[in-house]
Amino acid sequence: MKVVILGCGRAGSILAQLLARDSHDVTIIDYNADAFRRIADSKVHQVVGTGIDVAVLRRAGIEQADVFIAVTNGDNTNIMSTQIATREFNVPKSLARIYDPSRAQAYREIGVNTICTSMLAAGLLRDFVLDKPWGSVLDYIDPPVATQGDAQMDGEA
Amino acid sequence: MYVIIVGGGKVGYYLTRELLGQDFEVALLEKDKRRLAYLQTELGEVVLPGDGCEVRYMEDAGFGRADVVVAVTGDDEDNLVICQMAKKLYNVKRVLARVNDPANEQFFQKLGIRTTVNSTRIIYNLIEQTIESDAVVPLAALQQGEYEIVEISVSEKSPVVGHTLMQVNLPPEALIVAVLRGGEARIPTGAINLENGDTLIALVRSEAEEALATVFA
Repeated sequence: MKVVILGCGRAGSILAQLLARDSHDVTIIDYNADAFRRIADSKVHQVVGTGIDVAVLRRAGIEQADVFIAVTNGDNTNIMSTQIATREFNVPKSLARIYDPSRAQAYREIGVNTICTSMLAAGLLRDFVLDKPWGSVLDYIDPPVATQGDAQMDGEA
Repeated sequence: MYVIIVGGGKVGYYLTRELLGQDFEVALLEKDKRRLAYLQTELGEVVLPGDGCEVRYMEDAGFGRADVVVAVTGDDEDNLVICQMAKKLYNVKRVLARVNDPANEQFFQKLGIRTTVNSTRIIYNLIEQTIESDAVVPLAALQQGEYEIVEISVSEKSPVVGHTLMQVNLPPEALIVAVLRGGEARIPTGAINLENGDTLIALVRSEAEEALATVFA
């Protein structure tokens, strides 16, 4: 599987290496070349640039990508790049990591796949505090990804 | 008319000042605390603290009753999200985004943000106009540059001088919409005789611009 990951922070770099270890073709993008110090696995391809720039995404092989994952620390960069990946490059599967719950929900409702890790972490911590066993992701984020047939943000929608 | 401007940089600042001068009801959102203090000193209570893509600040600013939302931060991704959220959550009828990278304009269109302003492209077009030595000079771009309004100078060497407009073999995707002569503009018929010194205004599909230029050169 070809996977393009935007953002080489902790989440992005770990994800890249987990997938590369399973022999997937992984390219990671970050505007700061320094961020690649987190990547020890030489099989992970690295591209320097910003993820809302089509030329950069092309260089990362977005046209052949099966999956696009946006995990920069900017919610809006993740939202915009995910929309470019799906709407411009028809990447079949994509997900934006979002910190702001209201933004994550608003975009989920218009068909952009988002996962709000703040909600996820807060829910897990709450259950820990209350001595409740941890549930599935679905218990913390509802729904975790957009469902098919959701309205698109087109035209005057 | 209630206008909300997000982003208190230079564009946001001057825009707010202009609109206040025209008696619009205006709110300007700025998330940087230091910039906010400056803006509040200069513009007063219309300047509100907060991030224009966060719902609680959008509520405070009254996005629900805004007639127009203008996103003019320096970051295209922020401007996109501000406009999309304004449309999606608050049904704001008119949203306008500043786009910094010309390549992003088409995505904004695709993602439902129809009105964009791109200063990079405007300045680029102005430079192109001043350095263009050809007889055809672009005046304005329509439909994200798919069509152009151009100005054509008819010189004495031009092969069209002395011919009627009907006799001129224009490319199929070009239309002469005005002939400027002697300080007057005329909407031409096919019978008009073209003269040295005429200036023609044409609507042309951008791809046909070169073909149009060769007709008059």
